[in-house]
Amino acid sequence: MAEIQSNEGGGKKKKGGSKQKKISVHVDFTPMVDMNMLLITFFMLCTSLSKPQTMEISMPTNDNKITEKDKDAVKASEAVTLLLTGGDSVFYYTGQANVKDYSSLKLSSYKADGLRAFLLKRNTEAVNKINDLKEQKVQLKISQEQFKKQVSEIKGGKGTPTVIIKASDRATYKNLIDALDEMQICNIGKYVIDKITPGDNFLIKNFRNKGALTQGTSK
Amino acid sequence: MSKVKVARKSTRIDMTAMSDVTVLLLTFFMLTSTFVKKEPVQVTTPGSVSEIKIPETNILSILIDPKGKVFMSMDKQADMVNTLDSVGSHYGVTFTEQEKKKFKIAQTFGIPIKSMKAYLALKGEEQDKVLGNYGIPTDSLDNQFKVWIQKAKAVNPAFRIAIKADQKTPYKVIKNVMNSLLDLRENRYNLITSLKNETANKK
Repeated sequence: MAEIQSNEGGGKKKKGGSKQKKISVHVDFTPMVDMNMLLITFFMLCTSLSKPQTMEISMPTNDNKITEKDKDAVKASEAVTLLLTGGDSVFYYTGQANVKDYSSLKLSSYKADGLRAFLLKRNTEAVNKINDLKEQKVQLKISQEQFKKQVSEIKGGKGTPTVIIKASDRATYKNLIDALDEMQICNIGKYVIDKITPGDNFLIKNFRNKGALTQGTSK
Repeated sequence: MSKVKVARKSTRIDMTAMSDVTVLLLTFFMLTSTFVKKEPVQVTTPGSVSEIKIPETNILSILIDPKGKVFMSMDKQADMVNTLDSVGSHYGVTFTEQEKKKFKIAQTFGIPIKSMKAYLALKGEEQDKVLGNYGIPTDSLDNQFKVWIQKAKAVNPAFRIAIKADQKTPYKVIKNVMNSLLDLRENRYNLITSLKNETANKK
């Protein structure tokens, strides 16, 4: 008797040594674990963890009210036109296309040394400024809001290129997204998706034929 | 010869700790995950470095498969029914309450309005099977897609349009869809992409 009392410690003593049955409080948790595991499996299989990313774009209206004058507002020196074609290749030219010289059109790719290198070079000033800002943000010198405001100022500033993206029917959706992605990577604020014109198709054809189509006219 | 005494050990394992862990995991999964929508076609979205997350509510998503079939889905069932009603009346088709109920359950739809009644008469499993063969007509002669968008926007002006297309989809199809949207003066929309790591892409 004494042994039991000493085993059970102080709790018993308070009750003046009255004999109380000790009920085991052990609950078997195995079924509970089973059920939880089942539920976890269900959630893992039927749900997706990551929410999809999205790009926000705004297209120009195809309102006929816009006059020709507004359309030509982009300076030729700042304009870069990308022509997306099939086979994951992309052509670009700066300013206005020179129909007579097929080599004014350049063939490039979506890889880092292709289009991105070119665009970064065109946009060096803005890219450097933005990188500076990013550094400042990391060092907590400027707030997130300031950062955003200044970035959008730089992106829309003078001298930054305006990119016109024209995709042909043979280009894929991935090509379009890749091109839009490059705009983001290269910090280009002004870009637009436009319809490809027969003139652009001619340029590509001419390039593929190494200028054979315009040889007669240039001489 | 003395017998070796083997200590008898209890084989009971305390499952409380295990239970704690599983409950924690379960809570985590329940809170962070969203349910996968049933989609009639498999779509692999292209990767991008964009980090904007898609908003959760009022999404009108347009699903485009590599062959150019177009499907739509909305996140609110009430909107779906109202849209079906107004599109139906546009084409002179009326739907019974039961058909509307069935339409509501389907998460993604993309059936030419003429075949809608026959489609809604099918059972759930059969619907899933045939849905992949249809798609909302988008050609210029019979642009039902445009009507759907127009009516959906009329039902809920807060809708944000999100385009989810397969990376192999030809631009021709995308252009068609974009032009339809432009005609409706919907010139702000989202393109759904999956996250691509920039360093991996630099290789």
